[in-house]
Amino acid sequence: MKAFASLLERLAFTPSRNAKLQLVRHYLERTPDPDRGWALAAMTGDLQLRTVTPSMLRGLAAERLDEKLLALSYDFVGDLAETIALVWPDGAEDDPSLSQAVDLLRTTGKVALPAAISAMLDRLGPSERLAFLKLATGNLRVGFSARMARMALAGMGGPSVPDLEELWHGLSPPYVPLFDWIAGGARPENAARAPFRPVMLATPTDLEELRALSPDDFYAEWKWDGIRVQAVSDEGIRRLYSRTGEDISEAFPDVIDAMDFDGTADGELLVRRDGEIAPFGELQKRLNRKSVGKGLLASHPAGLRLYDLLIWLGRDLRSEPLHQRRAVLDAADFGDARIDVSSLLKFATWDDLAKLRADPPATVIEGVMIKRRDSAYVSGRPRGPWFKWKRDPMVVDAVLIYAQRGHGKRSGFHSDFTFGLWDGPELVPVGKAYFGFTDAELRELDKFVRANTTERYGPVRALAPKLVVEVAFEGLNRSSRHRSGVAMRFPRISRIRWDKPAAEADHLATLEALL
Amino acid sequence: MRADSILFPTESGLYCPEGGFHIDPLRPVERALITHGHSDHARSGHGAVMATRETLDIMRLRMGPDFAASTQIADGPTRIGGVTVSFHPAGHVLGSAQIAVTPDRGPKIVVSGDYCRAPNPTCLPFEPVPCDVFVTEATFGLPVFRFPEPLTQAAKLLASMAEFPDRQHLIGAYALGKAQHVISLVREAGYAAPIAIHGALKTLCDYYIGQGVDLGELIPATADEVPAQLVIAPPSAFASLWVQRFRDPVIGFASGWMAVRARARQRGVELPLIISDHVDWPSLTATLTELAPSEVWVTHGTEDGVIRWCELAQTPARPLRLVGYEDEAE
Ligand SMILES: [Zn+2]
Ligand SMILES: [Zn+2]
Repeated sequence: MKAFASLLERLAFTPSRNAKLQLVRHYLERTPDPDRGWALAAMTGDLQLRTVTPSMLRGLAAERLDEKLLALSYDFVGDLAETIALVWPDGAEDDPSLSQAVDLLRTTGKVALPAAISAMLDRLGPSERLAFLKLATGNLRVGFSARMARMALAGMGGPSVPDLEELWHGLSPPYVPLFDWIAGGARPENAARAPFRPVMLATPTDLEELRALSPDDFYAEWKWDGIRVQAVSDEGIRRLYSRTGEDISEAFPDVIDAMDFDGTADGELLVRRDGEIAPFGELQKRLNRKSVGKGLLASHPAGLRLYDLLIWLGRDLRSEPLHQRRAVLDAADFGDARIDVSSLLKFATWDDLAKLRADPPATVIEGVMIKRRDSAYVSGRPRGPWFKWKRDPMVVDAVLIYAQRGHGKRSGFHSDFTFGLWDGPELVPVGKAYFGFTDAELRELDKFVRANTTERYGPVRALAPKLVVEVAFEGLNRSSRHRSGVAMRFPRISRIRWDKPAAEADHLATLEALL
Repeated sequence: MRADSILFPTESGLYCPEGGFHIDPLRPVERALITHGHSDHARSGHGAVMATRETLDIMRLRMGPDFAASTQIADGPTRIGGVTVSFHPAGHVLGSAQIAVTPDRGPKIVVSGDYCRAPNPTCLPFEPVPCDVFVTEATFGLPVFRFPEPLTQAAKLLASMAEFPDRQHLIGAYALGKAQHVISLVREAGYAAPIAIHGALKTLCDYYIGQGVDLGELIPATADEVPAQLVIAPPSAFASLWVQRFRDPVIGFASGWMAVRARARQRGVELPLIISDHVDWPSLTATLTELAPSEVWVTHGTEDGVIRWCELAQTPARPLRLVGYEDEAE
């Protein structure tokens, strides 16, 4: 840890790029594995560690130093990690290795973390404490990029910068095979396989922008609330990358197992059970893991929903139009239920799409993706070929005041609701909603309607003002046809608030303020 | 007699009416006792000046022979008016002393001036003097200041010189005390090659050598090509034309302030060396514990930190709020 700490300190004060490269190269030449690999990854920001929050650090420091002295010190130094490194009482310095420190930050659980950090600080001298705390707060700031890392490595006399670039994405810290190669060992062939390709990103849009475009030129599909990934399977080497090129394969062995194809696919990583997509929170449990237990693999099975192919069976499809790539994708057989293809939405007009978007079939859909049928797959975020039209509903809490029987499948139930907002002591109707609830909720609502009818006007029942519903809608217009003076676009019941007293529903003024 | 009527701050500095003298006065006074030769403590134009022999020498070298109307070398306990004064080594720079003021009746006060407890081969070590009131500086009066072993900093400098053998290392160090301290540390760390010094350092380095401090071979850094990898210069030289003769040097600075990164960045240095001639927090608080005075007065620096420490240690403490001491040496 001492060598790493003095390197960081030196880099922090060294403005010259050449001097930095020399310092790092010498450090790499003199430091054993795996420390040097961890150090390199830490400097370039490629090390994923548990992040320690400032408040946790403050708490730890307060256990060792009077709070007023700590405050005076922080005031003077201006950097929390540095302050704590400086004021932390000296312990028995036994110079633990950088690997030990990294290990601690990779594997310690949240609950045990504060005590583990304190214990580590007790083993370090002042500059090592600072290095450790910078590592722990993910804030090294030494101005050393991955590109400079490759230059420093090339300076060690082995492979050149282009050699290194070719397989950089296939390498992961602590880069032991890489250092072997530099020392004259074998080229890590597998690292060159299954490389990450820069992804194509969409720009946000709205109805206004879309109206200027022809719907016929575009495909649309659901935007799933998962994680955008690139799944690469290349001559037996399989990797799953985040959209920034971070290799997340280790956390998803189930998906890697299922990737029995030859190509580079673009898609959404999701947790799915029996065809149902689980909310993002469930996927989160699978993220940032070094390894996954059997229990979690069973309870949170992950899968892919693909929407594009970059390379397939050795053919680079990126310059071909989307409709051709899509045809290849639709024809592909993935042979595993964990992998399927995102289906295209049927729409003739943008209003059709707006309706679909307003009432998606699953809550894990966060909008629609709209892609030009003739778009090539290009890297970056060009404006025009791909759009994301996110669901960003406005919501109000309203009171149900009228109900009417539905049609078709719902004809037996009261499924058409009029809701109102408070205007002084009375409820003013502001809109109608026909959807947004599940079948089970529909039955409950129907029961509520029957039990709380105060009057009947033909098919319409007036209800006792008791039940609050959260109404989501896409927009708001002024309207002379409505008594309230406003009309909602695509209103639907997003939640039934059985818990909320009617008196606490929103007022008309709240809605008007949204105009 | 109460302590604060024996000695108290005035516009001219700490004043002792019983003895009719000021300690380290900020403006010309009739009778001055000087702790050490730094320019914020030792000024010219006083009537009678009493200090250690070395401090008087240094004042003469820096200000010329007429810096005071008369001088007296401090030598053992001396009666001045109604009090007895004595000078004791402070470990800060060559000749630096603490001044003990003992009234016939009443508390004994020790004014430490600037002091340091870390071993320094260029001056006598700090001598703890039992007292009732201890007047401490607080230049580095916060727990963030815990200076490393000075030799580790010399090792850091030598490692950098080995890392960049083709680059000259220009180290900023103040002329009195710090420059000689840095040079002697580098020598102690085993560096034997000639060290170049800026012209402004010559007089005091020669004086130190004359007093028996071994600085090794020093050469002037005045030629267009300075044939030494290590060059010591006062901080002011870095803003002058002089510095332009060096191509791509590594600029360093030796100071206790280098312990804090923001301070080091302000200086724009590439190689911060934490070398101080002042007490750091652990030795300041250890000194207070060791001396266990019944009262602590705090002069220049970060008084708040020291006052808080005294509060926690249940030692009465107060800031003297003297202005005008600018820590020349740091
Ligand atoms: Zn001084
Ligand atoms: Zn001073």
